[in-house]
Amino acid sequence: MNSGSSLNLSSPHGAALTAAEDIQGRSLWQDAWRRLLANRAALVSLVILVIVGFACFALPHFLPWTYEQIDWDRMEATPPSIETGHYLGTDTLGRDLLARALFGGRVSLTVGLLATFVALVIGVTVGTIAGFVGGRVDQALMRFVDFMYTVPLTFFVIILMVLFGRNFILMFLAIGCIEWLTMARIVRGQTLTLKNKEFIEAARAVGGSTAAIIIRHIVPNVLGVVIVYVTLTIPQVILIESFLSFLGLGIQEPMTSWGMLINEGAAEMESTPRALLVPAGLMTLTLFCFNFLGDGLRDALDPKDR
Amino acid sequence: MAILDIRNLTVSFATPDGAVSAVNDVSLSLQKGECLGIVGESGSGKSQTFMAAMGLLATNGTARGEILFDGKNLIGADEGTLNTVRGNRMGMIFQDPMTSLTPHMKIGRQLGEVMIRHRGASISQAREQALAMLKRVQVPEAERRLDMYPHELSGGLRQRVMIAMALMCSPEAIIADEPTTALDVTVQAQILDILRDVKERLNTAVVLITHDLGVIAGLADRVAVMYAGRIVEVGDVRGIFADPQHPYTKGLLACTPRLDDACGGLMTTISGQPPNLQRLPAGCAFHPRCGYASERCSAERPALEQTAPTRAKACFANLKAA
Amino acid sequence: MLSFIVRRLLIAIPTLLAIITVCFFLMRVAPGGPFDAEAPVPPEILANMRAAYNLDKPLVQQYADYMLNLARGDFGPSFKYKDFTVTELIGQGFPVSAQNGLAALVLAVLIGVPLGIFAALKQNTAADYTVMGFAMTGIVVPSFVMAPVLILIFAIGLKGTPFQLPAGTWEGGAFEHRILPVFCLSLVYIAYLARITRASMIEALRQNYVRTARAKGLPFRTVVVRHALKTALIPVVTFLGPGIAFMLTGSMVIETIFQLPGVGRYFVQGALNRDYTLVMGVTILSASLIITMNIIVDVLYGLLDPRVRYE
Repeated sequence: MNSGSSLNLSSPHGAALTAAEDIQGRSLWQDAWRRLLANRAALVSLVILVIVGFACFALPHFLPWTYEQIDWDRMEATPPSIETGHYLGTDTLGRDLLARALFGGRVSLTVGLLATFVALVIGVTVGTIAGFVGGRVDQALMRFVDFMYTVPLTFFVIILMVLFGRNFILMFLAIGCIEWLTMARIVRGQTLTLKNKEFIEAARAVGGSTAAIIIRHIVPNVLGVVIVYVTLTIPQVILIESFLSFLGLGIQEPMTSWGMLINEGAAEMESTPRALLVPAGLMTLTLFCFNFLGDGLRDALDPKDR
Repeated sequence: MAILDIRNLTVSFATPDGAVSAVNDVSLSLQKGECLGIVGESGSGKSQTFMAAMGLLATNGTARGEILFDGKNLIGADEGTLNTVRGNRMGMIFQDPMTSLTPHMKIGRQLGEVMIRHRGASISQAREQALAMLKRVQVPEAERRLDMYPHELSGGLRQRVMIAMALMCSPEAIIADEPTTALDVTVQAQILDILRDVKERLNTAVVLITHDLGVIAGLADRVAVMYAGRIVEVGDVRGIFADPQHPYTKGLLACTPRLDDACGGLMTTISGQPPNLQRLPAGCAFHPRCGYASERCSAERPALEQTAPTRAKACFANLKAA
Repeated sequence: MLSFIVRRLLIAIPTLLAIITVCFFLMRVAPGGPFDAEAPVPPEILANMRAAYNLDKPLVQQYADYMLNLARGDFGPSFKYKDFTVTELIGQGFPVSAQNGLAALVLAVLIGVPLGIFAALKQNTAADYTVMGFAMTGIVVPSFVMAPVLILIFAIGLKGTPFQLPAGTWEGGAFEHRILPVFCLSLVYIAYLARITRASMIEALRQNYVRTARAKGLPFRTVVVRHALKTALIPVVTFLGPGIAFMLTGSMVIETIFQLPGVGRYFVQGALNRDYTLVMGVTILSASLIITMNIIVDVLYGLLDPRVRYE
């Protein structure tokens, strides 16, 4: 999709090359943006995600109750009410459901973003190096990726979490370390097709170093695929995090996350289905939106499927 | 008597940016036993005209007008009716033999299923017929090829298999869509020889779609030249080559290298880009690239008019006078 | 092909060894031990316990012992379920998990693949959007949400009606008690299979050879089944390979929620209790299954596409 950049062969100067490429790049991104705006599901998802993000990170400051505060007057689960300040009611311990769901969302989203970032950094680094350098380096790296694919990685994350005391930083590092594999493969594939394009050869001909070529020419050109994949990785990470926390193997009290809230809610769903449905609903909505947005981005950046 | 009679065919495709007309008001007829050449650049609508005839338009495509095969209209015909014609009375050969055969089926079975489907042949009869057809299109070691997969054959052999497949039920017409484009030059000549043999010995009518006038010269009886979804010139092959009456045809001929080239080997090209079907120029679609264009050409579209008993052109200019 | 399988098996052995080794040392290096969770015991008793499980020996010795026992199919004693060996626990749990997994697998393939083909043939119609909407829901709503919600509906909401289904009980695997967990387990696979099949079928239908088959006058159904389906199944097989391995080793979430005595639940319990040998046993089982399935998938590629060479 970036083949247009090869038009610049006539100017063998790095600066001119990049400038011309920018023009091409911008129109490509504008085109993609236009297509994304035309995709209603993706657009609505983007808006909802912004709202959910804002609610999770900012709204708790404006609520009358915090997520761990116990309303001693209401030790029984109370129904939603404006007067008590529990807009979605409380759980059986008298804690505000809305505040907890939003705070849990903050933790889940943070893990999702950080772990995806870790996966992104490792995946893009490995993928571009394997694809661009090629030869033995490529073989070794890809063998390693193949090996990692046969390892039951969820088990390893669980083992790590249990052994090193379920802490937050380890959590996203560990998840990030298992989610980079596919990213690396995709990026490598893209790099391989880019590698033989004329503009890369031109950059090499004028004496660009490998690192410089990767950073200035390869990475910008694999960005489209990476963005799509990132959008689809975030919900996967959120799922893993929630799954671990649900089983009691993830985040620990007093911190909370959507998975833990769902676990707590499931325990008392017979009496208070709300306690299950509020965090579950919020999480499901978020995951839906990420997936629709990812699909929309894929269509926008790679329109051959239509 | 026409075996295939296309009348006022229009093919359009629905795209996210609006409808695009690939074929506009095209009328053509294919006589029994003749070879009709269709020439044009990519995007001229030459393939889509006959894809419509085979009922093979992409799902976003619609055809209007009439396509009469032996008097029966195929437009709007249901899949069942189409399937009594396709592969049975009208066969098709595609451009890319590398991807046009099913990779996971043996050659013999792919050939044989046509006989089984249309003639109710038994498996052994179908295999016999497949072998006979492979021999007819001069596939060496035909017996052995029956049990091979497509990827085990060369491009030229695969294209022969495609031709054999189209001929399995001795159709009255076959449509060859750029049958030689993807092949080496030496193989191209062999494939054209086979097509000539089919036409002459089996008396099958052949539509030969190509962008290469050289391919047409040796094979076609008549030629239709298409540009931007319309026929701009029709005529007998001799007349077209000796006396092109449309500037586009003339340009195409000038692009074709000839052995008896008198101009010292200098090849000319038609200037400009093939037209964008979504934004066709007003008037004659060719006028921006045409050396004979007058003011009238950008305002009014010339109709296809008969100039001689066997000739017609859609152009205001008189090339002789110019 | 036989030599291909043998070669793949030979590569699989060091892979498995590497996994076991990493796993083993990770657990031994980490702070804390399997007996931390219990009530504080006098040091001499703790020492006895450690000695009983050979935890007092040098690490290398422990590793060598473990590997030797493993070679004989002995996964060692469980730290938590003190009367059982890990081999016995897996022997009890694996049939439960595998039966449920197999049932869910059959359900998923029988529903998911046809749904995907159907959606592909009806591409961009209301039917397609409906199927894909359901598939998206199945993928996005995790089993730990789906399962409680289904329990809420079928075990609690419909209590007293003929549609009531038991949940959280096993009763030796009576049919009724399997319905909800198996259905829950299969949902996400149905969803993925429908999506993957749809995408690959659309891709297959776009191939030139499908156009050729249509030009031959074959009925559309024959075109789909005979010419397009095989190619379309390749991504499905790719997905199902590791998928089957995961299904057979049991879902940790489903088995925990429905309290099924399967391998997945043992793993969760083992992890929570730092039951080293149990956790290792399940991990090894799972890894071997994944590796085996991947080899089977590679063999299947050759059957689906004759262009594939076994190298």
